[in-house]
Amino acid sequence: MADTLKDMLRYDLTFDCVQCGYCLPVCPTYETMERETHSPRGRINLIKMVAEGKASVEDLKQPIDKCLGCMACTTVCPTDVQYGQLFESAKHVIDEYEEKTFVQQKTEHFLFHSFFPSTAWMDQLGNATWLYQVSGLQKAARGLNVMSAAPLHLGKFEQVLPPAPSPKERHARKNRLHPDGPPKAVVAFFTGCVMDSVFFRQNEKTLELLRLSGAEVQLPKTQTCCGALHAHAGKEPEALTLAKENIQAFEEKPVDYIVNNAGGCGAQLHKYGELFAGDPEWEQRATAFSDKVRDITEVLVELDGLEFTERVEETYTYQPSCHMTNVQKVKEPPLQLIRSVPGVTLKELDRPDFCCGSAGIYNITQHEDAMDILDVKMKDVKRQCPEGIVTTNPGCMLQMKLGVQREGLEEEIDTVHIVDLLMKAKPVTKQAAKA
Amino acid sequence: MHEWEEQLRALLSNKRVFTELADRYSYSFDASFGEHLPEVVVQPKTTEEVQTIMKIANQFGLAVTPRGQGTCLSGGPLPVHGGILLDMAQWPKEINVFADDLIAVVTPSVLTADIHAAAENYGLMYPPDPSSAHVSTIGGNLAENSGGPRGLKYGVTKDFVIGLEIVTPEGDVMHTGGRTIKNVTGYDLTKLLVGSEGTLGVITKATLKLVPKPPAVQTMMAAFTDMATAGKAISKTLTSGVLPAKMEFMDRACIEAVERYRPSGLPTASEALLLIELDGHPETIKLEAEQVKQILVELQADPIITAESDEEAQKLWSARKLVSPAIATIKPTKISEDATVPRSRIPEMMDRLKQIKEEYQVELVVFGHIGDGNLHPDIMCDQRDEEEMIRAEKAVAEIFRAALELGGTLSGEHGIGTMKAPFMEQEMGEVGVSMLKRIKEAWDPNNIMNPGKIFAEKGQKLVLRDG
Ligand SMILES: Cc1cc2nc3c(=O)[nH]c(=O)nc-3n(C[C@H](O)[C@H](O)[C@H](O)COP(=O)(O)OP(=O)(O)OC[C@H]3O[C@@H](n4cnc5c(N)ncnc54)[C@H](O)[C@@H]3O)c2cc1C
Ligand code: SF4
Ligand code: SF4
Repeated sequence: MADTLKDMLRYDLTFDCVQCGYCLPVCPTYETMERETHSPRGRINLIKMVAEGKASVEDLKQPIDKCLGCMACTTVCPTDVQYGQLFESAKHVIDEYEEKTFVQQKTEHFLFHSFFPSTAWMDQLGNATWLYQVSGLQKAARGLNVMSAAPLHLGKFEQVLPPAPSPKERHARKNRLHPDGPPKAVVAFFTGCVMDSVFFRQNEKTLELLRLSGAEVQLPKTQTCCGALHAHAGKEPEALTLAKENIQAFEEKPVDYIVNNAGGCGAQLHKYGELFAGDPEWEQRATAFSDKVRDITEVLVELDGLEFTERVEETYTYQPSCHMTNVQKVKEPPLQLIRSVPGVTLKELDRPDFCCGSAGIYNITQHEDAMDILDVKMKDVKRQCPEGIVTTNPGCMLQMKLGVQREGLEEEIDTVHIVDLLMKAKPVTKQAAKA
Repeated sequence: MHEWEEQLRALLSNKRVFTELADRYSYSFDASFGEHLPEVVVQPKTTEEVQTIMKIANQFGLAVTPRGQGTCLSGGPLPVHGGILLDMAQWPKEINVFADDLIAVVTPSVLTADIHAAAENYGLMYPPDPSSAHVSTIGGNLAENSGGPRGLKYGVTKDFVIGLEIVTPEGDVMHTGGRTIKNVTGYDLTKLLVGSEGTLGVITKATLKLVPKPPAVQTMMAAFTDMATAGKAISKTLTSGVLPAKMEFMDRACIEAVERYRPSGLPTASEALLLIELDGHPETIKLEAEQVKQILVELQADPIITAESDEEAQKLWSARKLVSPAIATIKPTKISEDATVPRSRIPEMMDRLKQIKEEYQVELVVFGHIGDGNLHPDIMCDQRDEEEMIRAEKAVAEIFRAALELGGTLSGEHGIGTMKAPFMEQEMGEVGVSMLKRIKEAWDPNNIMNPGKIFAEKGQKLVLRDG
């Protein structure tokens, strides 16, 4: 048993950590929770201790549950410790070791097998039953015992959700879009599960921006959830199954890029290659998939096909998604796009790389802790006195909206996805002569 | 619950007293070797709280180990006798710069880099610059008497501390020194406490000396085909009337490691690389740079690069900064030493290190603050390889011996802690160690303040393996 625990926890990777502490200053949970147990170095050490049998899996649970998975630690680590792999393997072990009641097993099964991967469920979710469904999520999360006894604060989230489109509008969408001229590129769009239901309008705008930029856009029908939430919950097999479905779905027609507009999903899609490392059947296909994954901002910058017809005379600040910055390493394109909008003044945050606390469903499962982190973020936002906050991930967008609401600043600060801002400036296709 | 735990919880509330295994393990290590579980971790935030904690510890005979951010390379914050681990890193951070007095008053938890930034706002500089400045606390720097590249011109932490607030091992508050630069009243307890590695008291506040920030810097790099010539370049420069702020060194193994890790255009055919930084008035450093260049040309250094812009200088320094991560790719476990020798003996020391490397078959690389004789011979090994670790232990002991035989010291900046304690007598002699012990006994009659450090326990040997 001890040996398998060592393998499962990736004990070998813990030795790359020289315990220098360089990661401490960038870790949001170390800052707000004020103890080494909630620092990257502390977590890695605990994984090692558990692998060596000195501490139990139970001892590891809270420190791992409280990690945002923001991966800020990996960007400063001088010895390139693979924290992401350690974190996910720890999640997996905790999940495997946990004794669950029948009800817990059932809710989990529902949540991760039926709920997230299902377009039907996501449609429902989008069709305004969000709160009830998320309450189901709440119950499941409680069943999973990933939450403290504290009551949920879903009402707050509900207030910041965008209005849902009608089912008619949703189903009117075409599976293929053509640019006005000859296509500069052929791309497939990853709709995402939550993204396509709750943030349907942002998806529509994304598609239009791609089209205006000169891309032919396809929406593979059989695509499904990216699996990020599963992977972060320790549900490795489920994450792999979803990955395979997506790889197949996007293999059907050859495309230049697989585009997404949600930082967290993008990061997971980027990792498919890594997920199947050593798998003779899937590794190559997965790598081919991951190599094509791009964030919407990267593609828009590359195609350089937009021209804006209206000025947006406002001051914005930008909250980058952690997964986009730290995992996908996309930093410049969003800034470039924001700066390209005529009239916009961009005031960057002092600490843009500090997580906002959204982190998947962290702001639901670890609500109080997420709010402490959000408070730090909002202080920074307020210092910039912006009229708007631009984000690149739906999770961050909701969280920032919540932050604005908690500060009572809804009237002053508008929170938008970057595609919202770009559309606000009324883009048209750049004229070939000028381009 | 133990009575002491109850008392601690009554004082600090549950939020700042941890006894869970996960928390105890999280404070069981530093950046060196070994793992020791404290019985309890506490986070004091006021001087009065530290006083009460010390009194409880004395009453119940519990060891107390202060800890900053645990970046120590010699085992200083390891709670080797269990007891109370005092986490000083969460103390409220305060930096007050008194520009007219050229001083800053700081709390122990402040990160050194934040002091640098605060001083700069006033056109001032706090010179001590350990490479860990953006992670380590000033409390830890004071306790370890940390140094850095700028040590060559400016000295180490102790040269910039003029006053301290201390909680004694018996729980009393004491002030040493003051806010004046000149202060000759009585024994210099400030200097005694700086570098005492948390064995004489808990630092709760410090008054630091600042200097005007030099308006300009000039970076230069020079490569040599042999160590002896590099040694000459160092001594010639230092006797030429020019005192660089920094003079850093990389050996061939480091150069090669950096080039493999992230190609930076370093001359891989060289045996030794010097990085020199001059600071001062722009006109002055222009002349000084000429003078240094002359020396380098005479010794046939090749290439000699004089940075023309800030970016170019940054590029040169980034190669030096890459040494640590680059060598970590050789093998995962890093034994970082800081044996220091008189500058004239550097080439000899380099020869000894070469012999040690061959004799014990270890991956030994050398870099460091060569201008002040402070070398960092690092042995790269693998903790899981028992046999290799035994060879490494022997090699480390041999490095210490070589440094001492050449008239040097065990530690230039990392401290003694648990790692070098067994070698203290070799450097200080029996009487020297005995005097230190007497001081320790007088300050801390119950021996509860960070016991197990500096002074070797009977039969204690250097062990870099677990358990
Ligand atoms: C990558 C890396 C680079 C480094 N570079 C350098 C360098 O260039 N120069 C250098 O000198 N060192 C260097 N170090 C070593 C280390 O950073 C220093 O020794 C630093 O001063 C330790 O600070 P800390 O806050 O981490 O203290 P800790 O490691 O937690 O503690 C160090 C010692 O201080 C004591 N202590 C801490 N706070 C207090 C207090 N308030 N009162 C009393 N005692 C206290 C502890 O008991 C312990 O003995 C480096 C370390 C690493 C990992
Ligand atoms: S920065 Fe990397 S090596 Fe250093 S403590 Fe953090 S994880 Fe470990
Ligand atoms: S992933 Fe984020 S929260 Fe987790 S340890 Fe790293 S920096 Fe901290």
